[in-house]
Amino acid sequence: MNKRKELIVSAISNGTVIDHIPAESVFQVFKMLELDKTNHQVYFGTNLQSKKYGRKGIIKISDTYYKDEVINKIALVAPTATLIEIRDYEVFSKVSVSIPKTIEGIAKCFNPNCVTNKEDVKTKFEVLTDETGNLKLACHYCEKTTTKNNMVFF
Amino acid sequence: MKNRSLVSINDYSKEEIIRILDLAEEFEKQPHQNLLNGRVIASLFFEPSTRTRLSFETAIQQLGGNVIGFASAASTSVSKGESLKDTILMVSNYSDLIVMRHPVEGSARYASEVSAVPIINAGDGANQHPTQCLLDLYSIRKTQGTLDNLDVTFVGDLKYGRTVHSNVIALSKFNTKFHLVSPPELKLPSAVKRHIKEANLSYEQYTDFLEVIPKSDIIYMTRIQRERFPDPLEYEKVKNAYILENAMLDNSRDNVKILHPLPRVNEISTDVDSNPKAYYFQQALNGVFVRQALIATIMGVK
Repeated sequence: MNKRKELIVSAISNGTVIDHIPAESVFQVFKMLELDKTNHQVYFGTNLQSKKYGRKGIIKISDTYYKDEVINKIALVAPTATLIEIRDYEVFSKVSVSIPKTIEGIAKCFNPNCVTNKEDVKTKFEVLTDETGNLKLACHYCEKTTTKNNMVFF
Repeated sequence: MKNRSLVSINDYSKEEIIRILDLAEEFEKQPHQNLLNGRVIASLFFEPSTRTRLSFETAIQQLGGNVIGFASAASTSVSKGESLKDTILMVSNYSDLIVMRHPVEGSARYASEVSAVPIINAGDGANQHPTQCLLDLYSIRKTQGTLDNLDVTFVGDLKYGRTVHSNVIALSKFNTKFHLVSPPELKLPSAVKRHIKEANLSYEQYTDFLEVIPKSDIIYMTRIQRERFPDPLEYEKVKNAYILENAMLDNSRDNVKILHPLPRVNEISTDVDSNPKAYYFQQALNGVFVRQALIATIMGVK
């Protein structure tokens, strides 16, 4: 079952596979990783069947590996994502992305009167979860909370 | 607490708050003490606030310190486009402590991160105003003899009123029973209620003001501002619902005190002023003692 799904989107020899992306977040992940600007081969699929999540997305990026702070970025829109490093067609490592406790310089504060929107200041947030399980960002500077609907990423 | 900035009331623990209040009591008895001995404190008011600025500058001068600074940004390099960071770095070369009021939210936290000397936040936009909170706590303790187990009622604009937010957060450390009176549009935000819940305390919300008066030890009044309402009709409907008149205090407790951060417009009728339960003018005076206690603590002279 799992194998067949992998084949729906072509395999890569070396690079990164991001699996179990919520279907609606695939293009957000694209944007966050600036995949529209990469010169490497990128394959993706969305609205694929997933036993666990119903519909999921998958992205495969050739010859590219990511650092932790980039993985953290993805966790904000795709908390369920799995990150797989492929080397020579083999799974080299496989980790679940984890929601970071704090994030820096990734998201914008929604408060137009926050110092991060007025001066040259890198944003910094504490990542919180509300009653319904949605993520929200508490600004380290203005102390206002940016909810999921208002989140904008750099 | 020495050399540590005070940006938000959340920066202080319960014990640290009590320490400042105890010290403020000493300064109330003896406000003139030459503790600062000519040290220089910068008072940077990027937006005008006469009451807060004069209270700080009085506190500094009574402690024998010198004040440099400005009362509005118009006459400074800020009007030439200087960044906040550059202004703070420049001023921290000259001074031992910076008192700062700024219209931008989060500016005080940012200043405390770039400055070589500690910062006292004298208000950053709609965000925090911790010295107002400390003086409110001082006033409550002074009139009630304690901060613990009180029935505290907040009235008016609980959604946007920053003094209400920081008071609720601070009082959550003191087993307070909260009574929250506001129009439905201006209820206390859930981000603030979270602090009450985390302290395992209870709160009640009311739209009717009268029923809560006999249950209160402290009634903290705030102004409902017209500009908070997108629909002017909605404002007209609620604007007179939360006005305190003297006759309404007939069934109130003997120990109740009326507080208000000032300036007042019409939310407390002037016939309350002569009632011994009115405390808002003394409340403002307490600000000097609390600020003396804070400055002396941060400068390490007390």
